[in-house]
Amino acid sequence: MSENIGTIVGVNGNLMTVQFDQPVSQNEVGYARLGGTETRLKSEVIRIRGNNADMQVYEDTSGLKVGDKVEFTGNMLAVELGPGLLGQVFDGLQNPLPELAEQCGFFLQRGTYLKALDRAKKWAFTPVAKPGDTVEAADTVGTVPEGIFTHRIMVPFRLAGKYTVESVAPAGEYTVDHVVAKLKAANGEVIDVTMVQLWPVKVPIRAYAERLRPTEPLVTKVRIIDTFFPVARGGVYCIPGPFGAGKTVLQHITSKNADVDIVLVAACGERAGEVVETLREFPELIDPRTGRTLMERTTIICNTSSMPVAAREASVYTSVTICEYYRQMGLNVLLLADSTSRWAQALREMSGRLEEIPGEEAFPAYLESTIAAFYERGGVVRLRDGTTGSVTIGGTVSPAGGNFDEPVTQATLKVVGAFHGLNRERSDARRYPAIHPLDSWSKYPGVVDADKVAFARGILRRGNEVNQMMKVVGEEGTSIDDFVIYLKGEYLDAAYLQQNSFDDVDGATSAERQETMFEKILCVLNAKMNFTDKDVARRWFLQLTSVTKDWNRVVQDTDDFKQIESRIDKMLSEVSENA
Amino acid sequence: MHKVYHRIEQIVGNVITVRADGVAYGELAQVTGSLGVSLAQVIRLEGEKVFLQVFSGSRGISTESRIRFLGHKMDVSFSDALLGRVFDGAGRPRDNGPEIDENRIAIGGPSVNPAKRIFPRKMVRTGIPMIDVFNTLVESQKLPIFAAAGEPYNELLARIALQAEVDVIILGGMGLKNDDYLQFRETLEANGALSRSILFIHTAADPTVECQMVPDISLAVAEQFALKGKRVLVLLTDMTSFADALKEIAITMEQIPSNRGYPGDLYSQLASRYEKAVDFEGAGSITILAVTTMPGDDVTHPVPDNTGYITEGQFYLRNGRIEPFGSLSRLKQNVNGKTREDHRTVMNTMIQLYASYKETLEKQSMGFRMSAWDKKLLKYGVRFEKEMMDLSVNIPLEGALDLGWQIMADCFEPDETGISSKLIATFWPKKAGEAAGA
Repeated sequence: MSENIGTIVGVNGNLMTVQFDQPVSQNEVGYARLGGTETRLKSEVIRIRGNNADMQVYEDTSGLKVGDKVEFTGNMLAVELGPGLLGQVFDGLQNPLPELAEQCGFFLQRGTYLKALDRAKKWAFTPVAKPGDTVEAADTVGTVPEGIFTHRIMVPFRLAGKYTVESVAPAGEYTVDHVVAKLKAANGEVIDVTMVQLWPVKVPIRAYAERLRPTEPLVTKVRIIDTFFPVARGGVYCIPGPFGAGKTVLQHITSKNADVDIVLVAACGERAGEVVETLREFPELIDPRTGRTLMERTTIICNTSSMPVAAREASVYTSVTICEYYRQMGLNVLLLADSTSRWAQALREMSGRLEEIPGEEAFPAYLESTIAAFYERGGVVRLRDGTTGSVTIGGTVSPAGGNFDEPVTQATLKVVGAFHGLNRERSDARRYPAIHPLDSWSKYPGVVDADKVAFARGILRRGNEVNQMMKVVGEEGTSIDDFVIYLKGEYLDAAYLQQNSFDDVDGATSAERQETMFEKILCVLNAKMNFTDKDVARRWFLQLTSVTKDWNRVVQDTDDFKQIESRIDKMLSEVSENA
Repeated sequence: MHKVYHRIEQIVGNVITVRADGVAYGELAQVTGSLGVSLAQVIRLEGEKVFLQVFSGSRGISTESRIRFLGHKMDVSFSDALLGRVFDGAGRPRDNGPEIDENRIAIGGPSVNPAKRIFPRKMVRTGIPMIDVFNTLVESQKLPIFAAAGEPYNELLARIALQAEVDVIILGGMGLKNDDYLQFRETLEANGALSRSILFIHTAADPTVECQMVPDISLAVAEQFALKGKRVLVLLTDMTSFADALKEIAITMEQIPSNRGYPGDLYSQLASRYEKAVDFEGAGSITILAVTTMPGDDVTHPVPDNTGYITEGQFYLRNGRIEPFGSLSRLKQNVNGKTREDHRTVMNTMIQLYASYKETLEKQSMGFRMSAWDKKLLKYGVRFEKEMMDLSVNIPLEGALDLGWQIMADCFEPDETGISSKLIATFWPKKAGEAAGA
């Protein structure tokens, strides 16, 4: 293998210092050989000083000795891209976890690295390019079916310039390592193309014609998001919130319902249990859009909190690289990263070990630029063949103490297009999803007309003001008109913004239904109402809320649905002034 | 074969530095000082220099103390003979029983492959309505009790331990007062549970480094029992002492602190312990109940804050009651859909009403006139606190649900609760009409 061997001169936690005498490069991957054993621990160069390279080790370092050898590979940390990534569960370094379990049992044994893609599986290849064609990076050579998708086998992204196709394999069943095409460079060099290519995770894939502005809404079937704080395909958004406010549940619901082709779940430094939930549930859930299981459109990258920290840092990059790869096939991909704070903490841990001068809360000074660079990898692109593909990134943030003024939240807010701020008071009051309707914002277009939404938010804001005022002057000091506005705000909140994610119908509201429902809610918000006193008004609104909630729980356009709708109309006409 | 080193170059806090070669990171050593022999662990290698953390502290260690490297990592023995015994943070007997030195197992082992975990779906019944109804405890869950100093958290821990159906109870005590330790022991003994318990106790008087070992030792032993098919409940009290031990050591090591002096890897350190909670496919399980005391009753303090992000929920213990707000069992959805069809509705509705009661209480304290609705809420809130929240209440889940319906029916009209008409028809107590109308 590689001839470049270094020697360990220091170990501190998961950081080791290695003396080298042949050139090494920044972010190069090396393997530390555990003295006297066959075990090799993957690590990455993160700083070079003189003849010493500081390397972060992706594994537990215990047992390493001064004098142990390190093999440098000459390559940066890269992932394998090819058919077979969907439906898989990988760790942060792209080791397939089920295969790892078969080999090592219950526990993750360090130093065991497996190929990400199944080498034995055969794929039905259909050639697209013809000998003599001129191609460049990311052009399609042929396709294989991967579940419901047509997986494009592309000219490796690393190739620069134009190439001439020398030969393409005929249609047939091949393994991923089979050479499916030969390309000839201008200088006469011949390059073999297989179905799998490597790409360094920390470098964005840029093999597209141009980046576009995200304009098309990405429907999540969560009403407060789609109507009030929409996300666009190719947009980036963040969900900060204190613990227990429902970040992960929201991500989980989104991963189920989001109107995209592929979902990548990056469990970064979070609980293993959450991954298990997805893992056990998705193979059994049918995606109504395709009729196949949800797992077929999902890939999980899982580097949970007890797994090595350095690999956690790598896991978000591994995830986004896979997203970009599928985007190159003209697909819409959603990356749900939970949680970016854990990733930032991994940066902080490493920075501390490197004894860098700390920034705010001991986070490194490059935190903001690192976060910005990550979110910039989201976007809509027009590919060279005219089709478009997108990567949407939704990242949760776990601010210390639930305080949004901390560095990670602030750095994230600077670069995202939508902010779904989860709120402790709302979650305590079981008002789920606990997205704060006044503090949150979105710059993307939604499923409902923006003016109507602005009107509804106005009612919410005024309702909230009245509520604040009532805390000071009491109910008796509040005029009935103001009181009705307060009740309207509460009604909008309870009947529309809150959603029971455990109810099959209420849990997922389609865009059309949101429009229908929102019109009805607007009628209530718009109506001039006559009430004799506040208790009557409150009772009427409680009853209306109850009825509307029943309405939320029935399937659209059934008899029950129409019946409840007419009941709402009738209730409304009874109190309306012009009735 | 193991060389003995004599020349200690530096002693700072509990960390000593010695020049040695062929030493592995994480290896154990024996240090002989004037106060006796102690274990020490390699925590840093820098060229020839080896940094060792001495478990019993550096007191009594001289520059000429003898250091003998043992060539293996920290371990603990594992066998059924551990049951009924009490050990200290370094695994030495604390009772007068014999030393156990068979079948050594390494502590702080690798984490479980997420692909081998199974979905937890077995409820742990505690007889406490605030847990069973509102925040159900699930086997293999990791859950801390957040409490200010002075709250009866250890009593609550002991009560859950005794009522839960588990095979083995492992108590990891960190920074415990000696009285608390004795009380735990007596409670377990009085209820006949000591014979299925193992206690690893670090008291406030013991060396700090040993405090740091307690969770690892407890969980390593728990893991072995779980792999043998046992259902293990691990009680850790108090994890804030553990975090403080981490802080003390990190500062001694001149690490850059991140937040209130705690090291930047506090989250990862806590997580690697809590994540040991697991349900093994085809074997046993580990459930972790921990206590995290909140300095100054402040939940944004780094220890409870980081813990909250790691664990699957938390119980707030305040004024001797489990607070419904903030308390959360993230796994309750896995089980409470299969207990009784009204479970989730009762849970949500009663909490929403209780939240409204709290608002009314605020209005009342400011002297505002109480509307008819406010009066209903006040009546409800008082009954809820007395009949549901009080920790002395001990009723099974089904009884608690029935009680919930009764309280609601006594206070409200059905449509004031927002409960779906279908459930009202089945569960709303029949005489409700007269009671609420009165």
